[in-house]
Order: sequence, then C-alpha cells, then structure tokens
Amino acid sequence: MGYSIAQKIIARAAGRDSVTPGEIVTCSVDLALLLDSGGPRRIWPRLKELGAGVWDPDKIVVVTDHFTPAVDAESAAILQLTRDFVREFEIPRFFDMQGIGHVVLTENGFVQPGMFACGGDSHSSNGGAFGCYMVGFGAIEMTGVVVTGEIWLQVPETVRVNWSGAFGPGVAAKDIMLMLCRELGINNAFKVIEFGGDTVAGMTMNERATLTNMAAEMGAETGIVEPDDTTLAAIRAGGQHPDAAALDWCSDADTDYEAVHNFVATELAPQVAAPHSPANSGPVGEVTNVRVDQAYIGACVGAKLSDLHMVAEVLNGRTVAGGTRLLIAPASQQVIVDATTDGTMKILVDAGAYLLPTGCGACAALGAGILAEDEVCISSTNRNFKGRMGANSASVYLGSPYTVAASAVAGQIADPREMLV
Amino acid sequence: MTSISGRAWVFGDGVNTDVMAPGLFFKAPLEVLAAHCMEAIEPAFAANIVVGDIVVAGRNFGVGSAREQAPMALQHLGVGAILAESYGRIFYRNALSFGIPTLLFPQAGEIVAGDELVIDPLAGRIENRTRAKMYTVAGLPEHLMAMVSAGGLMPYLKQRLSAQGAS
Repeated sequence: MGYSIAQKIIARAAGRDSVTPGEIVTCSVDLALLLDSGGPRRIWPRLKELGAGVWDPDKIVVVTDHFTPAVDAESAAILQLTRDFVREFEIPRFFDMQGIGHVVLTENGFVQPGMFACGGDSHSSNGGAFGCYMVGFGAIEMTGVVVTGEIWLQVPETVRVNWSGAFGPGVAAKDIMLMLCRELGINNAFKVIEFGGDTVAGMTMNERATLTNMAAEMGAETGIVEPDDTTLAAIRAGGQHPDAAALDWCSDADTDYEAVHNFVATELAPQVAAPHSPANSGPVGEVTNVRVDQAYIGACVGAKLSDLHMVAEVLNGRTVAGGTRLLIAPASQQVIVDATTDGTMKILVDAGAYLLPTGCGACAALGAGILAEDEVCISSTNRNFKGRMGANSASVYLGSPYTVAASAVAGQIADPREMLV
Repeated sequence: MTSISGRAWVFGDGVNTDVMAPGLFFKAPLEVLAAHCMEAIEPAFAANIVVGDIVVAGRNFGVGSAREQAPMALQHLGVGAILAESYGRIFYRNALSFGIPTLLFPQAGEIVAGDELVIDPLAGRIENRTRAKMYTVAGLPEHLMAMVSAGGLMPYLKQRLSAQGAS
C-alpha cells in the first residue's frame, strides 16, 4: 500500500523511509510560528530558566496578533516583550501588527509543500492548505521546539474527504467545514483530514485554508491539501520560490486511508452552527427567528480578502439593519490594502459596517467587539464555545461570510441565497 | 510517581479549553484566571476543589484552543490527575507536558461526582473506593513516562540539556 502526503512529510522530517500510523517519531521542524499570545511571553521566561537560546532564528516566524493593538498596560507589556524577544534573538522574520499569524504566513509564501511546520496556536492547521504538514501545539511544547528544533509525534491515520461539483450561489468552504463538523464529528484526534476532489482543486488558496484551518474544529491532528499549480502561484505571489519538486509531494494512488468520504458540493446549503459547538450545525433554513445583536466578520478563518468579497457581494446596495451592528476585523493589513484598492471596503462601510483593527480580536474575547450578557452574535469565526466571545450567557452562531452579511442586513439569521439572486 | 487519591469532579463530553481558561482573563495572573476555570459550566468548581481532586470527563476533554493556561489552571487549583474517555490532542499533550497524570479511561461514565478514587498512573490502575471497584486502563505511553515522571517537559529539558553539557 502507498502513503499519504502527510505520512511522507512526517517520514522525511523524522529521517525515515516510511512511517506507520500509531508509531511514535521525533520530527525536525522546518518552521515554527510564534504568536504574542503563546509565544515569547510564555517561552522566554522558560528559556531563561533553562539557560537556553533558540535553535535556529531563521526557522522562526514571530507575529503579533492576539493582543494588537495594545489597549491596556498588560497588552502593551506583552507586545513590548514580544518585540524585545525578537531583538534579543535576532529573529529576521517578525511581523508586528501586520495581521493574524496564520494569514501572514500564507500571504508571504512561507509555508510550502513538503515542509514540517508547527505553530503555538490550534489553528496552525491553516498552513496545511499549502501541502505542508503544519500542526498546532501549546506554548510549553513550543518551548521544546524553540530549544531543540524537534517535536514528538504519534503518526496519525489519514482520512480523505473528497468534494465534487460547484457550489451554488451563497455557499463557500466555510459551509463545508460546518457540515463536516456535524457529519464526521469533532473527535478526530490522531487523524489528518486530507481534502481533495474537483471542488477543492477549483478553490482559491484562501478557501482551501478555510478547510484546513477548521480541521482543528474537527479535533484533527491537522488538515492538508495536496499542492498544485494554484499553490505554487500563491507562493510566488508571496515573493517566495517554491522548490522545483514541490508537486512531488502528493498521496500515492494506493494510499491506505483510514476512510474515504465523498460529498457533493452542488447539494450543499449554507450552514449555521448554533451555540455552543461548531458541530451543532444544520442548513440555515432550520434556524428561524433568531434576532442578531452583532454580526462579526473576523479571525484567521473568516476575514481574508475572499471573505470580505463574499460580504461585499451581499451588502452591495444594502444596509445593515437597525438594532444590529456589523463589525469587521480584516485578517491582515494586506487584506485592508487589497480591499481598499479593489473597492470592497467602500461597499462595506457604505452599508454601515464598523471597521476594527486587524488581529484575532473578539473571536477569542481578546480584542474589540466582545459580547454582553445574553447577546446574540453570528460570526464568520471558527468557534462558538460558551463564553468564547465574551459573556457566558451570550449565544454565538457560526456561518460563512455570506450568511453573516445576510444576517446583518436582515437583523436576524438569514439565508444569503435570497440576497444573491 | 506515587499513587494519587482524591474526590472525583465529573464532567460530560466536549469540555473545551475556553471554559477552562476564559479569554476574558488571559492577561490576568494565573491565580485570577484559575478562579474562573470551568465557571461557564460548573460555577462551584474553582472555589470548592481540594488539592488532589481528580477530574473525570467524557469524550474530547480539552477540545479547542492550544492555550496551555487550561491545564495550568487545573494544576494551579490542585487537580491531581485527569481521567477522560478521550482528549483534545493539544490539551492532552499540554497536560502531560506539565506533568499532570492524564489517562484514557473508557469507563469514565461509571464514576459519580464525589467518588473517592485512587490512581496509579504508571501501572494504569484506578480504584473507586466509594464503589469498591477496580479498573485497569492503559498506563502513560512509554515514550512519555520519562517526561511525566521527571515532572513535565521543563524538568525533562533541564535533564536533557545538562546531559548534553556533560557529554
């Protein structure tokens, strides 16, 4: 039997010819993403305690995103410490207040096919869209990575998920993931979700990243998409030069998948996940008469340029309903530049959207836009756990950028297809 | 590593790391954050837990965010061990990296809140003294025993660095 792309990358990083699911290996890390939240703030004191330095500054990327911009003494001190860390260890790739780390990585073409990468954040799986094995760890384990350049792994099984056909109007990759959280569950530890099929092949890299990003919500080790010319073009657009053999990183035709699932995108309706789990999802039509206080477009998964385009498509010529607020925190500074240049931003603000700084923001109750007691929010983010966006009594529904925008216009959770005909 | 004994705190499926370490208290010191641990689903937890108490849970315990403050908050409050049917992958790794005995326990549903448990994490033995019942589960994975026995990843890294320095 053949091997999946994930197994091939793990074998390469472990210095092995091949690996078998279940076995324990130690992998060399090609890229480590550190964020202000679980990065220097938590790792530097441990380096001091160990009397150790960083294993390779050129393999580390540091991004500030969780506590940007500083709003109080604590967040200012965290950001200052992050900047001091970068200076102390002379880390060349530092992106200060440039956007959310996962998006900054892909915009700059840093994650490439065949790489073994890790990040100090659960949504590090985002990078898997580029055909690399990128996986999230806690800050304590990222301390080990920063010191040794290695991490242990139990080789996961690979589950292949194929999608065929074109989306109908108002349907997007986010709807795939909300549906999969329900259909395949959120208890997929020690499994890699490999996305494929002609629907995925036809997606932009932003949409592919939505798939792998939310492999985290499925509880998976990570998500991955085999690279193709779209992947290489995006890496070049980021100013990097992919390896000539980059497309050799793919799964064998006779890969021994743990399971193969086939779905049809043409039949997929916009999905909404009700409180308090991404798996608590269903077609938008099943959610009726839910008034919305706040519609939120934000986070690594839900505020990329393609996401803002979806919002603009719905908002064009419409306005946000009275009694509802639409907050938009673009995923990066580059997204703000691009959306300003191509006219998207004007459509958003003309419709009444309230613009927030780029960063992780209200997604994890860290930045502007957190919810008050008993408020109802529909959000393009990836998690709706109790209390995640603010008050424990708040209710958060998840939807695609289309659905969030349509709900902002209607003042209640609404089907975007009715506004796109 | 010696045996651990304490009262059981019982949780259901899918307890996520946001409820263990709420983002609203991320910038606060650990003792402040820990005071809000589990508040959204079990408001009495932080105030009433006793050092050595044992967390018992269903499937997917610790799903979600990579935040290490989740196991740190449990450890700060005195949790002696965690027994669950399954774990969120990052939480599981984090908890072991802090030296918290964290075992897979398929029969977690048989434990009732307040039961007196005694656990031998290396041998994988769980005794329910309240109900006079013994369980044998998978012990800590062999490749992690050295790290957990050392007290977690930091003491383990210290050992490794000093061994490198001596060689």
